[in-house]
Amino acid sequence: MGLILQGIGYTYSAGTAFSQRALEGVTLTVERGDLVLVLGATGSGKSTLLRVAAGLLAASDGTASVDGEVLTRASARGVMGLVFQDAESQLFAETVADDVAFGPRNLGVATSDALAAAREAMKLVGLDPVTYGGRSPFSLSGGEARRAAVAGVLAMRPRYLLLDEPTAGLDAHGRRAVRGIVETMRESAGVVIVSHTAEEFLDRASRVLVLAGGSVAFEGSGADVVSDPSLLDVGDLRPPDVLRVQQLARTRGYDVGEFSLDPHHAAEKLARAGGWL
Amino acid sequence: MLRFNDVSFSYRPSGREVRALRGVSLCVAPGELIGVLGSNGSGKSTLVRLANGILLPEEGSVEVDGLCTSDEMGIHSLRQSVGVVFQHPDDQIVATTVEDDVAFGPENLGLDRAQLRARVDESLAAVGLVGLERREPHLLSGGQKQRLVIAGAVAMKPAYLVLDEPTSMLDPQGRADVLAVIAQLRASGRGIVHVTHDLAEVVHADRVVVLRGGEVAFTGAPQELFVRPELLESCGLEVPPVVALVERLRALGVPVASGISDPTMLIEALWD
Repeated sequence: MGLILQGIGYTYSAGTAFSQRALEGVTLTVERGDLVLVLGATGSGKSTLLRVAAGLLAASDGTASVDGEVLTRASARGVMGLVFQDAESQLFAETVADDVAFGPRNLGVATSDALAAAREAMKLVGLDPVTYGGRSPFSLSGGEARRAAVAGVLAMRPRYLLLDEPTAGLDAHGRRAVRGIVETMRESAGVVIVSHTAEEFLDRASRVLVLAGGSVAFEGSGADVVSDPSLLDVGDLRPPDVLRVQQLARTRGYDVGEFSLDPHHAAEKLARAGGWL
Repeated sequence: MLRFNDVSFSYRPSGREVRALRGVSLCVAPGELIGVLGSNGSGKSTLVRLANGILLPEEGSVEVDGLCTSDEMGIHSLRQSVGVVFQHPDDQIVATTVEDDVAFGPENLGLDRAQLRARVDESLAAVGLVGLERREPHLLSGGQKQRLVIAGAVAMKPAYLVLDEPTSMLDPQGRADVLAVIAQLRASGRGIVHVTHDLAEVVHADRVVVLRGGEVAFTGAPQELFVRPELLESCGLEVPPVVALVERLRALGVPVASGISDPTMLIEALWD
Protein backbone atom coordinates (compact mmCIF):
# COMPACT_ATOMS: atom_id res chain seq x y z
CA MET A 1 0.00 0.00 0.00
CA GLY A 2 0.99 3.62 -0.18
CA LEU A 3 2.02 5.85 -3.02
CA ILE A 4 5.01 4.18 -4.63
CA LEU A 5 7.07 5.87 -7.32
CA GLN A 6 10.00 3.81 -8.58
CA GLY A 7 12.76 4.92 -10.92
CA ILE A 8 10.61 7.69 -12.34
CA GLY A 9 11.89 9.54 -15.39
CA TYR A 10 10.01 12.23 -17.26
CA THR A 11 10.77 13.97 -20.53
CA TYR A 12 8.78 16.98 -21.69
CA SER A 13 8.04 17.11 -25.45
CA ALA A 14 9.67 13.71 -25.88
CA GLY A 15 10.67 12.92 -29.44
CA THR A 16 10.68 16.56 -30.59
CA ALA A 17 13.43 19.12 -30.98
CA PHE A 18 12.27 20.68 -27.70
CA SER A 19 12.63 17.47 -25.73
CA GLN A 20 13.70 18.19 -22.15
CA ARG A 21 14.52 15.68 -19.45
CA ALA A 22 12.98 16.84 -16.16
CA LEU A 23 13.22 13.74 -13.92
CA GLU A 24 15.68 10.86 -13.78
CA GLY A 25 15.39 7.74 -11.62
CA VAL A 26 13.35 9.26 -8.80
CA THR A 27 12.08 6.83 -6.18
CA LEU A 28 9.64 7.94 -3.53
CA THR A 29 7.20 6.16 -1.24
CA VAL A 30 4.56 7.83 0.87
CA GLU A 31 2.40 6.14 3.49
CA ARG A 32 -0.47 7.49 5.49
CA GLY A 33 0.93 9.67 8.29
CA ASP A 34 4.04 10.59 6.32
CA LEU A 35 5.07 14.13 5.63
CA VAL A 36 7.60 14.02 2.82
CA LEU A 37 9.34 17.31 2.10
CA VAL A 38 10.76 17.57 -1.43
CA LEU A 39 13.21 20.45 -1.66
CA GLY A 40 14.75 21.79 -4.83
CA ALA A 41 15.76 24.99 -6.55
CA THR A 42 13.75 26.40 -9.45
CA GLY A 43 14.06 23.96 -12.35
CA SER A 44 15.08 20.97 -10.21
CA GLY A 45 12.05 18.96 -11.31
CA LYS A 46 10.03 19.17 -8.11
CA SER A 47 6.81 20.45 -9.70
CA THR A 48 7.11 17.80 -12.42
CA LEU A 49 7.47 15.14 -9.73
CA LEU A 50 4.34 16.43 -8.04
CA ARG A 51 2.40 16.25 -11.30
CA VAL A 52 3.54 12.68 -11.88
CA ALA A 53 2.54 11.78 -8.31
CA ALA A 54 -0.87 13.36 -8.91
CA GLY A 55 -1.37 11.24 -12.03
CA LEU A 56 -1.49 14.33 -14.24
CA LEU A 57 1.66 13.36 -16.12
CA ALA A 58 2.39 9.74 -17.05
CA ALA A 59 6.01 8.90 -16.22
CA SER A 60 8.24 8.29 -19.25
CA ASP A 61 10.18 5.66 -17.28
CA GLY A 62 9.67 3.73 -14.08
CA THR A 63 6.54 2.57 -12.32
CA ALA A 64 3.98 4.39 -10.23
CA SER A 65 1.25 2.88 -8.10
CA VAL A 66 -1.17 4.05 -5.48
CA ASP A 67 -2.56 1.67 -2.86
CA GLY A 68 -1.83 -1.29 -5.11
CA GLU A 69 -3.26 0.16 -8.33
CA VAL A 70 -1.26 1.46 -11.27
CA LEU A 71 -1.23 5.25 -11.00
CA THR A 72 -3.14 6.81 -13.89
CA ARG A 73 -5.30 9.86 -14.31
CA ALA A 74 -8.33 7.64 -13.58
CA SER A 75 -6.95 5.85 -10.52
CA ALA A 76 -5.68 9.18 -9.14
CA ARG A 77 -9.14 10.75 -9.27
CA GLY A 78 -10.41 11.50 -5.79
CA VAL A 79 -7.37 9.70 -4.33
CA MET A 80 -4.59 12.19 -5.00
CA GLY A 81 -5.33 15.76 -3.94
CA LEU A 82 -3.04 18.27 -5.64
CA VAL A 83 -2.88 21.89 -4.51
CA PHE A 84 -1.00 23.98 -7.05
CA GLN A 85 1.21 26.88 -6.12
CA ASP A 86 -0.83 30.08 -6.13
CA ALA A 87 -3.95 27.90 -5.90
CA GLU A 88 -6.20 30.84 -5.06
CA SER A 89 -5.89 32.15 -8.61
CA GLN A 90 -7.97 29.14 -9.65
CA LEU A 91 -11.03 29.96 -7.56
CA PHE A 92 -13.90 30.58 -9.92
CA ALA A 93 -17.40 29.93 -8.51
CA GLU A 94 -19.88 32.55 -7.33
CA THR A 95 -19.67 31.53 -3.71
CA VAL A 96 -16.95 29.96 -1.61
CA ALA A 97 -19.23 27.03 -0.74
CA ASP A 98 -19.87 26.27 -4.43
CA ASP A 99 -16.20 26.55 -5.22
CA VAL A 100 -15.18 24.13 -2.48
CA ALA A 101 -18.00 21.72 -3.45
CA PHE A 102 -16.95 21.67 -7.10
CA GLY A 103 -14.40 18.87 -6.65
CA PRO A 104 -16.67 16.28 -5.03
CA ARG A 105 -19.52 17.22 -7.37
CA ASN A 106 -17.24 16.67 -10.32
CA LEU A 107 -16.44 13.22 -8.90
CA GLY A 108 -20.16 12.43 -9.12
CA VAL A 109 -21.03 12.98 -5.46
CA ALA A 110 -24.67 14.06 -4.96
CA THR A 111 -25.08 17.81 -4.46
CA SER A 112 -26.19 17.64 -0.82
CA ASP A 113 -23.29 15.32 0.08
CA ALA A 114 -20.86 17.50 -1.86
CA LEU A 115 -22.04 20.57 0.04
CA ALA A 116 -21.68 18.68 3.32
CA ALA A 117 -18.14 17.66 2.35
CA ALA A 118 -17.46 21.28 1.45
CA ARG A 119 -18.65 22.48 4.86
CA GLU A 120 -16.46 19.94 6.59
CA ALA A 121 -13.44 20.92 4.50
CA MET A 122 -14.01 24.61 5.20
CA LYS A 123 -14.03 23.89 8.93
CA LEU A 124 -10.77 21.94 8.52
CA VAL A 125 -9.03 24.96 7.01
CA GLY A 126 -10.52 27.35 9.55
CA LEU A 127 -13.08 29.09 7.32
CA ASP A 128 -16.42 29.08 9.12
CA PRO A 129 -18.98 27.80 6.55
CA VAL A 130 -21.69 30.14 7.88
CA THR A 131 -19.54 33.28 7.64
CA TYR A 132 -17.66 32.42 4.45
CA GLY A 133 -19.89 29.97 2.54
CA GLY A 134 -22.02 32.62 0.84
CA ARG A 135 -19.21 35.05 0.11
CA SER A 136 -17.63 35.55 -3.29
CA PRO A 137 -14.18 33.91 -3.47
CA PHE A 138 -12.94 37.16 -4.97
CA SER A 139 -13.76 39.08 -1.78
CA LEU A 140 -11.38 36.96 0.31
CA SER A 141 -7.97 38.13 1.46
CA GLY A 142 -4.92 36.26 0.14
CA GLY A 143 -4.66 33.96 3.15
CA GLU A 144 -8.37 33.17 3.20
CA ALA A 145 -8.38 32.49 -0.54
CA ARG A 146 -5.45 30.07 -0.22
CA ARG A 147 -7.30 28.20 2.52
CA ALA A 148 -10.47 28.10 0.40
CA ALA A 149 -8.46 26.60 -2.47
CA VAL A 150 -6.99 23.98 -0.14
CA ALA A 151 -10.50 23.22 1.17
CA GLY A 152 -11.60 22.54 -2.43
CA VAL A 153 -9.05 19.73 -2.58
CA LEU A 154 -9.76 18.42 0.94
CA ALA A 155 -13.48 18.21 0.12
CA MET A 156 -12.63 15.32 -2.23
CA ARG A 157 -11.22 13.52 0.83
CA PRO A 158 -7.95 12.54 -0.88
CA ARG A 159 -5.82 9.77 0.60
CA TYR A 160 -2.70 11.66 -0.44
CA LEU A 161 -2.29 15.40 -0.32
CA LEU A 162 0.28 16.99 -2.64
CA LEU A 163 1.14 20.64 -2.02
CA ASP A 164 3.28 22.88 -4.24
CA GLU A 165 4.82 25.75 -2.22
CA PRO A 166 1.77 25.91 0.05
CA THR A 167 2.97 28.82 2.18
CA ALA A 168 4.40 31.04 -0.59
CA GLY A 169 2.99 34.54 -0.37
CA LEU A 170 1.21 33.99 2.95
CA ASP A 171 1.68 36.05 6.08
CA ALA A 172 2.55 34.59 9.49
CA HIS A 173 -1.06 33.84 10.31
CA GLY A 174 -1.72 32.15 6.97
CA ARG A 175 1.46 30.08 7.23
CA ARG A 176 0.49 28.93 10.68
CA ALA A 177 -2.95 27.96 9.37
CA VAL A 178 -1.40 25.91 6.55
CA ARG A 179 0.98 24.18 8.96
CA GLY A 180 -2.02 23.28 11.11
CA ILE A 181 -3.92 21.91 8.11
CA VAL A 182 -0.93 19.75 7.16
CA GLU A 183 -0.70 18.32 10.68
CA THR A 184 -4.43 17.54 10.70
CA MET A 185 -4.34 15.95 7.25
CA ARG A 186 -1.41 13.74 8.22
CA GLU A 187 -3.67 11.88 10.62
CA SER A 188 -5.71 10.45 7.76
CA ALA A 189 -3.56 10.96 4.66
CA GLY A 190 0.00 10.93 3.32
CA VAL A 191 1.33 14.41 2.62
CA VAL A 192 3.96 15.53 0.10
CA ILE A 193 5.15 19.14 0.10
CA VAL A 194 7.48 20.56 -2.52
CA SER A 195 9.27 23.80 -1.78
CA HIS A 196 12.44 25.76 -2.43
CA THR A 197 12.80 26.74 1.20
CA ALA A 198 13.51 24.38 4.05
CA GLU A 199 12.29 26.96 6.58
CA GLU A 200 8.73 25.83 7.02
CA PHE A 201 8.34 22.08 7.44
CA LEU A 202 11.86 20.82 8.16
CA ASP A 203 11.20 20.05 11.84
CA ARG A 204 7.97 18.20 11.03
CA ALA A 205 9.02 16.18 7.99
CA SER A 206 9.29 12.42 8.31
CA ARG A 207 11.55 12.46 5.24
CA VAL A 208 13.38 15.07 3.23
CA LEU A 209 14.36 14.64 -0.42
CA VAL A 210 16.58 17.14 -2.18
CA LEU A 211 16.19 17.23 -5.95
CA ALA A 212 18.92 18.52 -8.21
CA GLY A 213 18.79 18.39 -11.99
CA GLY A 214 15.82 16.03 -11.85
CA SER A 215 17.44 13.41 -9.60
CA VAL A 216 17.36 12.75 -5.88
CA ALA A 217 20.62 14.22 -4.59
CA PHE A 218 19.92 13.60 -0.91
CA GLU A 219 17.40 11.63 1.11
CA GLY A 220 17.22 11.61 4.87
CA SER A 221 15.32 12.90 7.87
CA GLY A 222 14.54 16.49 8.79
CA ALA A 223 16.75 16.04 11.84
CA ASP A 224 19.68 15.04 9.56
CA VAL A 225 19.35 18.36 7.73
CA VAL A 226 19.06 20.40 10.93
CA SER A 227 22.24 18.85 12.34
CA ASP A 228 24.10 19.26 9.05
CA PRO A 229 22.55 22.00 6.88
CA SER A 230 25.34 21.62 4.33
CA LEU A 231 23.39 18.57 3.09
CA LEU A 232 21.22 21.14 1.28
CA ASP A 233 24.22 22.31 -0.78
CA VAL A 234 23.72 19.50 -3.30
CA GLY A 235 20.43 21.12 -4.27
CA ASP A 236 21.87 24.64 -4.35
CA LEU A 237 19.51 25.48 -1.49
CA ARG A 238 20.01 27.95 1.31
CA PRO A 239 19.66 26.60 4.82
CA PRO A 240 17.20 28.43 7.08
CA ASP A 241 18.86 31.66 8.32
CA VAL A 242 19.03 30.55 11.95
CA LEU A 243 20.96 27.41 10.95
CA ARG A 244 23.16 29.49 8.65
CA VAL A 245 24.21 31.65 11.62
CA GLN A 246 25.26 28.54 13.56
CA GLN A 247 27.09 27.14 10.53
CA LEU A 248 29.05 30.38 10.12
CA ALA A 249 29.90 30.44 13.82
CA ARG A 250 31.20 26.86 13.62
CA THR A 251 33.24 27.73 10.52
CA ARG A 252 34.96 30.40 12.60
CA GLY A 253 35.87 27.81 15.20
CA TYR A 254 33.19 28.51 17.80
CA ASP A 255 31.68 25.43 19.40
CA VAL A 256 27.90 25.90 19.21
CA GLY A 257 27.09 22.21 19.79
CA GLU A 258 24.00 20.65 18.20
CA PHE A 259 22.27 23.07 15.81
CA SER A 260 18.81 24.32 16.65
CA LEU A 261 16.08 25.78 14.44
CA ASP A 262 14.75 27.78 17.36
CA PRO A 263 16.16 31.36 17.41
CA HIS A 264 16.17 31.52 21.21
CA HIS A 265 18.06 28.26 21.64
CA ALA A 266 20.48 29.28 18.93
CA ALA A 267 21.08 32.62 20.67
CA GLU A 268 21.94 30.89 23.91
CA LYS A 269 24.41 28.57 22.18
CA LEU A 270 26.06 31.51 20.43
CA ALA A 271 26.26 33.55 23.63
CA ARG A 272 27.88 30.62 25.39
CA ALA A 273 30.26 29.88 22.50
CA GLY A 274 31.38 33.52 22.45
CA GLY A 275 32.01 33.58 26.20
CA TRP A 276 29.23 36.06 27.00
CA LEU A 277 27.34 33.58 29.15
CA MET B 1 6.01 64.00 -2.10
CA LEU B 2 3.51 61.14 -2.37
CA ARG B 3 1.12 61.70 0.49
CA PHE B 4 -1.92 59.93 1.97
CA ASN B 5 -3.92 62.34 4.11
CA ASP B 6 -6.32 60.63 6.52
CA VAL B 7 -7.58 58.28 3.82
CA SER B 8 -10.60 56.01 4.27
CA PHE B 9 -12.04 53.56 1.78
CA SER B 10 -14.78 50.92 1.81
CA TYR B 11 -15.73 48.25 -0.69
CA ARG B 12 -19.46 47.75 -1.22
CA PRO B 13 -20.10 44.25 -2.51
CA SER B 14 -23.86 43.90 -3.13
CA GLY B 15 -24.72 46.87 -0.96
CA ARG B 16 -22.81 45.75 2.13
CA GLU B 17 -20.11 48.04 3.35
CA VAL B 18 -16.71 46.47 4.01
CA ARG B 19 -14.31 49.00 5.46
CA ALA B 20 -10.82 48.44 4.00
CA LEU B 21 -8.92 51.52 5.20
CA ARG B 22 -9.68 54.07 7.90
CA GLY B 23 -7.80 57.29 8.57
CA VAL B 24 -4.53 56.22 6.96
CA SER B 25 -1.80 58.84 6.60
CA LEU B 26 1.67 58.33 5.23
CA CYS B 27 4.15 60.12 3.02
CA VAL B 28 7.20 59.29 0.96
CA ALA B 29 9.75 61.78 -0.38
CA PRO B 30 12.06 61.20 -3.38
CA GLY B 31 14.90 58.86 -2.37
CA GLU B 32 12.96 57.47 0.57
CA LEU B 33 11.88 53.88 1.07
CA ILE B 34 8.74 53.35 3.10
CA GLY B 35 7.80 49.82 4.08
CA VAL B 36 4.09 49.12 4.43
CA LEU B 37 3.56 46.01 6.50
CA GLY B 38 0.41 44.12 7.29
CA SER B 39 -1.07 40.67 7.21
CA ASN B 40 -3.29 39.39 4.40
CA GLY B 41 -6.49 41.42 4.60
CA SER B 42 -5.02 44.39 6.48
CA GLY B 43 -5.72 46.83 3.64
CA LYS B 44 -2.28 46.84 2.00
CA SER B 45 -3.49 46.16 -1.52
CA THR B 46 -6.27 48.74 -1.21
CA LEU B 47 -3.62 51.28 -0.27
CA VAL B 48 -1.67 50.39 -3.42
CA ARG B 49 -4.75 50.89 -5.59
CA LEU B 50 -5.37 54.29 -4.02
CA ALA B 51 -1.80 55.45 -4.69
CA ASN B 52 -2.31 56.18 -8.38
CA GLY B 53 -6.04 56.64 -8.55
CA ILE B 54 -7.19 53.13 -9.51
CA LEU B 55 -9.40 53.62 -6.45
CA LEU B 56 -10.37 57.03 -5.08
CA PRO B 57 -10.56 57.76 -1.36
CA GLU B 58 -13.99 58.18 0.21
CA GLU B 59 -12.55 60.45 2.84
CA GLY B 60 -9.22 62.21 2.92
CA SER B 61 -6.99 62.61 -0.12
CA VAL B 62 -4.03 61.13 -1.95
CA GLU B 63 -1.63 63.73 -3.34
CA VAL B 64 1.35 63.34 -5.63
CA ASP B 65 3.61 66.38 -5.88
CA GLY B 66 0.61 68.62 -5.32
CA LEU B 67 -1.80 66.80 -7.67
CA CYS B 68 -4.78 65.02 -6.15
CA THR B 69 -5.85 61.56 -7.44
CA SER B 70 -9.48 62.72 -7.31
CA ASP B 71 -8.74 65.58 -9.71
CA GLU B 72 -9.72 64.20 -13.13
CA MET B 73 -7.77 66.85 -15.01
CA GLY B 74 -4.47 65.83 -13.45
CA ILE B 75 -4.88 62.06 -13.30
CA HIS B 76 -2.86 61.29 -16.46
CA SER B 77 0.26 63.13 -15.39
CA LEU B 78 -0.23 61.84 -11.86
CA ARG B 79 -0.23 58.26 -13.13
CA GLN B 80 3.04 58.92 -14.93
CA SER B 81 4.53 60.02 -11.63
CA VAL B 82 3.48 56.90 -9.72
CA GLY B 83 4.45 53.48 -11.07
CA VAL B 84 2.64 50.51 -9.55
CA VAL B 85 3.90 46.92 -9.55
CA PHE B 86 1.67 44.09 -8.37
CA GLN B 87 2.36 40.69 -6.85
CA HIS B 88 1.92 38.44 -9.88
CA PRO B 89 4.22 39.33 -12.78
CA ASP B 90 2.31 37.10 -15.20
CA ASP B 91 -0.75 39.32 -14.86
CA GLN B 92 1.22 42.40 -15.88
CA ILE B 93 3.23 41.27 -18.89
CA VAL B 94 1.52 42.16 -22.16
CA ALA B 95 3.99 41.77 -25.03
CA THR B 96 5.73 38.87 -26.74
CA THR B 97 9.30 40.08 -26.22
CA VAL B 98 11.02 41.66 -23.23
CA GLU B 99 11.80 44.91 -25.03
CA ASP B 100 8.28 45.30 -26.44
CA ASP B 101 6.88 44.82 -22.99
CA VAL B 102 9.05 47.58 -21.55
CA ALA B 103 8.17 49.84 -24.53
CA PHE B 104 4.44 49.34 -24.06
CA GLY B 105 4.02 52.25 -21.63
CA PRO B 106 6.36 54.86 -23.10
CA GLU B 107 5.07 54.15 -26.64
CA ASN B 108 2.01 56.11 -25.63
CA LEU B 109 4.04 59.18 -24.71
CA GLY B 110 4.71 60.25 -28.31
CA LEU B 111 8.47 59.66 -28.12
CA ASP B 112 10.48 59.25 -31.30
CA ARG B 113 12.20 55.93 -32.06
CA ALA B 114 15.57 56.87 -30.62
CA GLN B 115 14.06 58.23 -27.42
CA LEU B 116 11.94 55.11 -27.02
CA ARG B 117 14.97 52.86 -27.59
CA ALA B 118 16.91 54.81 -24.97
CA ARG B 119 14.08 54.49 -22.45
CA VAL B 120 13.86 50.74 -22.97
CA ASP B 121 17.64 50.28 -22.70
CA GLU B 122 17.92 52.43 -19.57
CA SER B 123 15.04 50.61 -17.92
CA LEU B 124 16.40 47.15 -18.68
CA ALA B 125 19.80 48.25 -17.39
CA ALA B 126 18.17 49.50 -14.17
CA VAL B 127 16.77 46.04 -13.45
CA GLY B 128 19.70 43.99 -14.77
CA LEU B 129 18.00 42.44 -17.78
CA VAL B 130 20.36 43.71 -20.49
CA GLY B 131 20.97 40.97 -23.05
CA LEU B 132 17.46 39.54 -22.77
CA GLU B 133 15.78 42.14 -25.02
CA ARG B 134 14.45 39.62 -27.54
CA ARG B 135 13.58 36.90 -25.04
CA GLU B 136 9.95 35.80 -24.82
CA PRO B 137 8.71 36.79 -21.35
CA HIS B 138 7.27 33.33 -20.60
CA LEU B 139 10.81 31.91 -20.83
CA LEU B 140 12.02 34.13 -17.99
CA SER B 141 12.32 32.96 -14.40
CA GLY B 142 9.89 34.37 -11.82
CA GLY B 143 12.44 36.87 -10.56
CA GLN B 144 13.31 37.99 -14.08
CA LYS B 145 9.62 38.43 -14.89
CA GLN B 146 9.09 40.61 -11.84
CA ARG B 147 12.15 42.68 -12.78
CA LEU B 148 10.68 43.02 -16.29
CA VAL B 149 7.46 44.38 -14.81
CA ILE B 150 9.49 46.84 -12.71
CA ALA B 151 11.37 47.88 -15.88
CA GLY B 152 8.02 48.57 -17.53
CA ALA B 153 7.10 50.87 -14.66
CA VAL B 154 10.55 52.51 -14.60
CA ALA B 155 10.32 53.22 -18.34
CA MET B 156 7.61 55.80 -17.57
CA LYS B 157 10.21 57.64 -15.44
CA PRO B 158 7.99 57.79 -12.39
CA ALA B 159 9.11 59.83 -9.38
CA TYR B 160 7.52 57.21 -7.12
CA LEU B 161 7.15 53.45 -7.28
CA VAL B 162 4.60 51.48 -5.31
CA LEU B 163 5.38 47.76 -5.13
CA ASP B 164 2.74 45.36 -3.83
CA GLU B 165 4.42 42.23 -2.42
CA PRO B 166 6.79 42.10 -5.39
CA THR B 167 8.80 39.15 -4.04
CA SER B 168 6.20 36.96 -2.42
CA MET B 169 5.91 34.47 -5.27
CA LEU B 170 9.64 34.27 -6.02
CA ASP B 171 12.37 31.80 -5.11
CA PRO B 172 15.24 33.01 -2.88
CA GLN B 173 17.47 34.08 -5.80
CA GLY B 174 14.63 35.92 -7.56
CA ARG B 175 13.76 37.62 -4.34
CA ALA B 176 17.33 38.75 -3.68
CA ASP B 177 17.58 40.13 -7.24
CA VAL B 178 14.33 42.10 -6.94
CA LEU B 179 15.34 43.51 -3.53
CA ALA B 180 18.68 44.63 -5.03
CA VAL B 181 16.81 46.42 -7.84
CA ILE B 182 14.56 48.16 -5.32
CA ALA B 183 17.60 49.37 -3.34
CA GLN B 184 19.16 50.63 -6.58
CA LEU B 185 16.03 52.53 -7.59
CA ARG B 186 15.88 54.16 -4.19
CA ALA B 187 19.54 55.19 -4.49
CA SER B 188 18.76 56.75 -7.87
CA GLY B 189 16.31 59.09 -6.15
CA ARG B 190 12.92 57.51 -6.58
CA GLY B 191 10.50 57.47 -3.68
CA ILE B 192 9.47 53.90 -2.99
CA VAL B 193 6.58 52.34 -1.13
CA HIS B 194 7.32 48.64 -0.61
CA VAL B 195 4.29 46.70 0.57
CA THR B 196 5.07 43.35 2.18
CA HIS B 197 4.28 41.10 5.10
CA ASP B 198 7.93 40.21 5.53
CA LEU B 199 9.67 42.51 7.96
CA ALA B 200 13.07 41.22 6.82
CA GLU B 201 12.55 42.92 3.44
CA VAL B 202 12.17 46.40 4.87
CA VAL B 203 14.80 46.46 7.64
CA HIS B 204 16.61 49.20 5.70
CA ALA B 205 13.51 51.33 5.12
CA ASP B 206 13.47 54.96 6.27
CA ARG B 207 10.14 54.26 7.97
CA VAL B 208 7.65 51.47 8.20
CA VAL B 209 3.90 51.80 8.46
CA VAL B 210 2.08 48.81 9.92
CA LEU B 211 -1.57 48.31 8.98
CA ARG B 212 -3.96 46.35 11.14
CA GLY B 213 -7.59 45.97 10.11
CA GLY B 214 -7.26 48.92 7.75
CA GLU B 215 -5.82 51.31 10.33
CA VAL B 216 -2.27 52.43 11.02
CA ALA B 217 -1.07 50.52 14.09
CA PHE B 218 2.52 51.80 13.97
CA THR B 219 4.68 54.32 12.14
CA GLY B 220 8.38 54.55 12.84
CA ALA B 221 11.83 53.10 12.28
CA PRO B 222 11.88 49.36 11.53
CA GLN B 223 14.25 48.76 14.48
CA GLU B 224 11.58 50.03 16.88
CA LEU B 225 9.31 47.22 15.69
CA PHE B 226 11.75 44.40 16.43
CA VAL B 227 11.46 44.96 20.14
CA ARG B 228 7.66 44.91 20.07
CA PRO B 229 6.78 41.29 19.38
CA GLU B 230 3.32 41.67 20.92
CA LEU B 231 2.45 44.47 18.48
CA LEU B 232 3.74 42.38 15.56
CA GLU B 233 1.76 39.37 16.73
CA SER B 234 -1.44 41.43 16.96
CA CYS B 235 -0.83 42.58 13.37
CA GLY B 236 -0.31 39.03 12.07
CA LEU B 237 3.40 39.66 11.49
CA GLU B 238 6.45 37.69 12.51
CA VAL B 239 9.83 38.85 13.70
CA PRO B 240 12.33 37.50 11.12
CA PRO B 241 14.21 34.55 12.71
CA VAL B 242 17.64 36.23 12.73
CA VAL B 243 16.15 39.41 14.21
CA ALA B 244 14.57 37.29 16.96
CA LEU B 245 17.93 35.62 17.52
CA VAL B 246 19.64 39.04 17.81
CA GLU B 247 17.03 40.31 20.28
CA ARG B 248 17.59 37.22 22.42
CA LEU B 249 21.37 37.76 22.28
CA ARG B 250 20.85 41.36 23.43
CA ALA B 251 18.63 40.17 26.27
CA LEU B 252 21.46 37.83 27.30
CA GLY B 253 23.82 40.79 27.47
CA VAL B 254 25.68 40.22 24.21
CA PRO B 255 26.81 43.58 22.75
CA VAL B 256 25.24 43.55 19.28
CA ALA B 257 23.15 46.16 17.47
CA SER B 258 19.41 45.67 17.09
CA GLY B 259 17.90 45.04 13.68
CA ILE B 260 20.46 42.81 11.99
CA SER B 261 18.59 40.35 9.78
CA ASP B 262 21.35 38.76 7.72
CA PRO B 263 23.36 35.75 9.04
CA THR B 264 26.71 36.92 7.67
CA MET B 265 26.24 40.44 9.03
CA LEU B 266 25.37 39.02 12.44
CA ILE B 267 28.50 36.85 12.59
CA GLU B 268 30.63 39.82 11.52
CA ALA B 269 28.99 42.00 14.16
CA LEU B 270 29.73 39.40 16.83
CA TRP B 271 33.29 38.51 15.97
CA ASP B 272 34.93 41.11 13.70
